[in-house]
Amino acid sequence: MDDAKTPLLDELEKGDWPSFVTEIKRAAKKNKSAQGLLEQLETSYREKIGHWKHGGIVGVKGYGGGVVGRYSDLPDKYPDVKEFHTVRVCQPAGFFYTTKKLRQLADVWDKYGSGLYNMHGSTGDIILLGTTTANLQPCVDELSEVGFDLGGSGGCLRSLACCVGQARCEKACIDSMDIIRDLTQKYQAEIHRPAWAYKFKIKVSGCPNDCAAASARSDLAVIGVWRDSIRIDNKEVRKMVDGGYDIINRVVRKCPSEALNYDLVKKELTVSAEDCVHCMNCVNMMPDAIAIGRERGATLLIGGKATVVKGSMIGWILVPFIKMEAPYTEFKELFEKITEWWAENGKNRERIGELIDRLGYANFLDAIGLKPLPQMVRAPRSNPYIFWKKEEVN
Amino acid sequence: MSVVQVKGKDVELDEDGFLVNPEDWNDDMVAYFASQEDVTELTENHWKVINYLRDYFKKFGAAPMVRKVCKDTGFSMQEIYELFPSGPAKGACKLAGLPKPTGCV
Repeated sequence: MDDAKTPLLDELEKGDWPSFVTEIKRAAKKNKSAQGLLEQLETSYREKIGHWKHGGIVGVKGYGGGVVGRYSDLPDKYPDVKEFHTVRVCQPAGFFYTTKKLRQLADVWDKYGSGLYNMHGSTGDIILLGTTTANLQPCVDELSEVGFDLGGSGGCLRSLACCVGQARCEKACIDSMDIIRDLTQKYQAEIHRPAWAYKFKIKVSGCPNDCAAASARSDLAVIGVWRDSIRIDNKEVRKMVDGGYDIINRVVRKCPSEALNYDLVKKELTVSAEDCVHCMNCVNMMPDAIAIGRERGATLLIGGKATVVKGSMIGWILVPFIKMEAPYTEFKELFEKITEWWAENGKNRERIGELIDRLGYANFLDAIGLKPLPQMVRAPRSNPYIFWKKEEVN
Repeated sequence: MSVVQVKGKDVELDEDGFLVNPEDWNDDMVAYFASQEDVTELTENHWKVINYLRDYFKKFGAAPMVRKVCKDTGFSMQEIYELFPSGPAKGACKLAGLPKPTGCV
């Protein structure tokens, strides 16, 4: 069979959406390893089996992570992808680039790698797909010269990620980009030199819309929130209603905690602030009329993760409200206490959420010096119980 | 897989340069690995880490976690990287002749 022909992959170019096959083919025109990737992948589709070996220990000087070793298990058949390592490059906060910066990155990657990227990986890094062991060090050196650094891999603090925050969004309650930048600078050692039993992720979303998917995809999620009340401009409300907007069905009845009331006679929308659960629906539906509150900070969630030891977990409340103002000392102290307890007690590949499940939330709170609060109850509708300590009951 | 000649002896290495057969480990191999992993001079401190790793592996059949290495040897992470610039997994474990640590994605 002619290796250059890829009938199965060609199927994936059909239809209206962009195709990764088309992109690999474009790269293959000027890069042998991209051609090798295409051929090996066609073989994988034909044989219904992946042809990458698991893992590999490669790296660059001074770094304990940032590069993931990839080797083909068919090196004789596809010598151009015999070594096809992945390089994780730390992204700037909020994914802001100039085209000049992207061109510089592309020039380095065309020179040393396959020319293929993921923009971005699920942690947030720019993922450079496919280079050889010999090319790693010069590639990373040149990336560094144009201002890029490696991201994290292995048991480290992974590259921190956030939404576009106040740079681009009126709903941001906190400066998510500054927080990420500040923490990234501060925790360089934790990012580049894996010292833990597994990964730890921090993501920051400016508001409860959670565009950074922090609640589900980070061990410690920082989610911007207000603690006073949403602000309602009833002049704008009336304008929308008079224009035919169905405020009752689209906003009032959608409020999950029935915190909104609309007076049909006065044409006035009011909110009961203590009932509001910050779901963001009304703020999203009526952006001109309803705005986030004035007293802003963040809620911290703990324990979010994807599968491995246990199934996926969504983060639950650790701190109901924290101010999150530079230099974020309170947050940093808390983070360090959390990771210290986890590093001391965690088993191999156990994330913080799983460890809390195993040893109990009360023990965790004791270790990090926080008092239990009603908001911390993980599933209030199904489990309202808390465990008292022996000395607290007679 | 590749074969290198160290002091006239053929030694088999895997694609990441780790020993395939643990019994091939000796002082000459340590010197060879040092040259591959940016260790310019093998000092007493290097040997302290290497011997610790070998003892631990013999006892428990696995490489210790990094945190444990630091605690038991008294070296900080910074010092470990100064001794082994490619880090504890790729550097120190390789010099100590331990099997390749599992890749961490």
